[in-house]
Amino acid sequence: MSNTLPLLEVRNLRVEFPTRRGILTALDDVSFDIHPGEVLGVVGESGAGKSMTGAAIIGLLEPPGRIAGGSISLGGRRIDNLPAKEMRTVRGREIGAIFQDPLTTLNPLYTVGRQLVETMTTHLPLNPAEARRKAVEWLELVGIPAAAQRIDSYPHEFSGGMRQRVVIALALCAEPKLIVADEPTTALDVSIQAQVIALLKRLAREKGTAMMLVTHDMGVIAETADRVAVMYAGRIAEIGAVRQVVKHPAHPYTIGLMGSIPPISHRMPRLLQIEGAMPRLSSIPRGCAYNPRCPRVFDRCRQDRPDLLDAGDTRAACWLYDGADKDAAHAAAESGYTEVRRG
Amino acid sequence: MFAFIVSRILQALPVMLAVALISFAMFAYVGDPVAIMLGQDFTEAQRQALIRDLGLDQPFFVQFGKFVLNAAQGEFGLSYRLSRPVLDLIIERAPATLELALTAAALALLIGVPMGVYTGLYRNSWLSRVFLTFSLVGVSLPTFLIGILLILTFSVWLGWLPSFGRGETVKIGGWSTGYLTWGGIKALILPSITLGLFQLTLIMRLVRAEMLEVLRTDYIKFARARGLTNRAVHFGHALKNTLVPVITITGLQLGAIIAFAIVTETVFQWPGMGLLFIQSVGAADIPVMAAYLMLIAALFVTINLIVDLLYYAVDPRLRIGGGKGGH
Repeated sequence: MSNTLPLLEVRNLRVEFPTRRGILTALDDVSFDIHPGEVLGVVGESGAGKSMTGAAIIGLLEPPGRIAGGSISLGGRRIDNLPAKEMRTVRGREIGAIFQDPLTTLNPLYTVGRQLVETMTTHLPLNPAEARRKAVEWLELVGIPAAAQRIDSYPHEFSGGMRQRVVIALALCAEPKLIVADEPTTALDVSIQAQVIALLKRLAREKGTAMMLVTHDMGVIAETADRVAVMYAGRIAEIGAVRQVVKHPAHPYTIGLMGSIPPISHRMPRLLQIEGAMPRLSSIPRGCAYNPRCPRVFDRCRQDRPDLLDAGDTRAACWLYDGADKDAAHAAAESGYTEVRRG
Repeated sequence: MFAFIVSRILQALPVMLAVALISFAMFAYVGDPVAIMLGQDFTEAQRQALIRDLGLDQPFFVQFGKFVLNAAQGEFGLSYRLSRPVLDLIIERAPATLELALTAAALALLIGVPMGVYTGLYRNSWLSRVFLTFSLVGVSLPTFLIGILLILTFSVWLGWLPSFGRGETVKIGGWSTGYLTWGGIKALILPSITLGLFQLTLIMRLVRAEMLEVLRTDYIKFARARGLTNRAVHFGHALKNTLVPVITITGLQLGAIIAFAIVTETVFQWPGMGLLFIQSVGAADIPVMAAYLMLIAALFVTINLIVDLLYYAVDPRLRIGGGKGGH
């Protein structure tokens, strides 16, 4: 997969919010690629910058937020500095978006059919009758029963899960190459979550659509993503193949995160707990943003900011991996928490 | 739908009865009709005869029942002042007021809504600031002052427009209209601006506030994320979602425009119902006042019903279950 050209290239992305009390840096030096057909999971605590990254990619940062540095390219073409009019032809047509709460993402006053038709006729050379036929097909494809009848229903006549299916149809109907799904299952019942994720996964595979899946649910990531980026305080802490990140995390933060998920296979007397809380944007510490909470912190972490370093199977922004012996570094990173667990 | 309309009409009945009671009470407490009608010289026998003729010797409920029955048939008696049937007087005057109110409401909507959308979309542009400042003037200046200032400017100084009256009117059936003559239209301009300015600024501010609210919603963000044109997002998705409160206020304001055109009609000597009412108040012409009161109440009830029906047309969520309307 890595020998193909990346579909999406995010390089040193920096997003700032000018406020009265100075400029807040919401995203700092974020770089990653998504290859065609690949699913990249993005995880992190609330406020880590996951959704912000998605919003920056689709060009819909809430003002006064702005891209202050770096670049975003789609299929080799820069899209972060496009004029508003051209960006509109990218949104929907080349990048589809799925939002968190299906109860609020659909316009309550228009039928789902009308919303599908207007999206397709905006981007594709279809007349309204053809678009309507395709709209029925899309509703069938996302599993709306009796789609031909339901097409003239209003959003409030659907359940939450069904609405999210409609949202998925809306995001995919102009056949974009990339989907940015921002917590697509968080607002749904647990029993529905799995169905919606399975649907997303299946459609993305069938259509060859790449996906950036933003979530704080590691279970969803483990099941769906090919690779995963772990974000912390507006930066990427670790990125790598999902199997490696889940089984052999390298960054102390990722290790802590994984340790705080209860395993289903055996009983655990006590879950791992990361001391403290993620810093606010206005008070991100110098050096590594994780240093005040890190059990393996040393002087360098408080002085210099680590870039993503080779950590064996993954890449981690941690000074432990600055040396040649990656295995020793792994052992060191993990040992920090063993002590915590015993204590 | 039908059941809804019927239930709303049934709900309107007690309202109308209550207003009828108040109207009726005016006869009993505002002056003594017998004294007014008899004049200076009368005998006790004449007085008793008149009281019998008018039915004033009968119990309260019988009198009130008669009043309601007559009112339901449009029968409000004779005007004390003009000695003509009240209904005829009102029908004669209604076209002037209705045309004035309609023109004012149209002005308010056709200018107020686009201005509201504009100021909602471009919050910080200089034109928005101009509009907002202008709207403060519209909200805070009293109607009569605006009317007088307009007359001073356009009639006295510039001499472009007439300062009073309806100009030439054309009779079509029983309806005299000023829309068909140039003089009639010219005469409409100043009064309708005077009457509509407050409504215009109110609608503008309301649309602006609603737009600001709606533009923050997820479905607008999602509409943008789907790459829809600004036009479709702003005027399709956003504006339509602001309509329910705008319809409510516009409906109530239309009632208010008709009912309270009194000041404007007085300033411009506009021969409408408002002028008739204010002259009747001066002469303690109770039948006209009572009829006017009933008419305005009926008007508000009707407008509210239409507003409720418009909700149904605009917002599909209200169609489910055929509930009691309201928002």
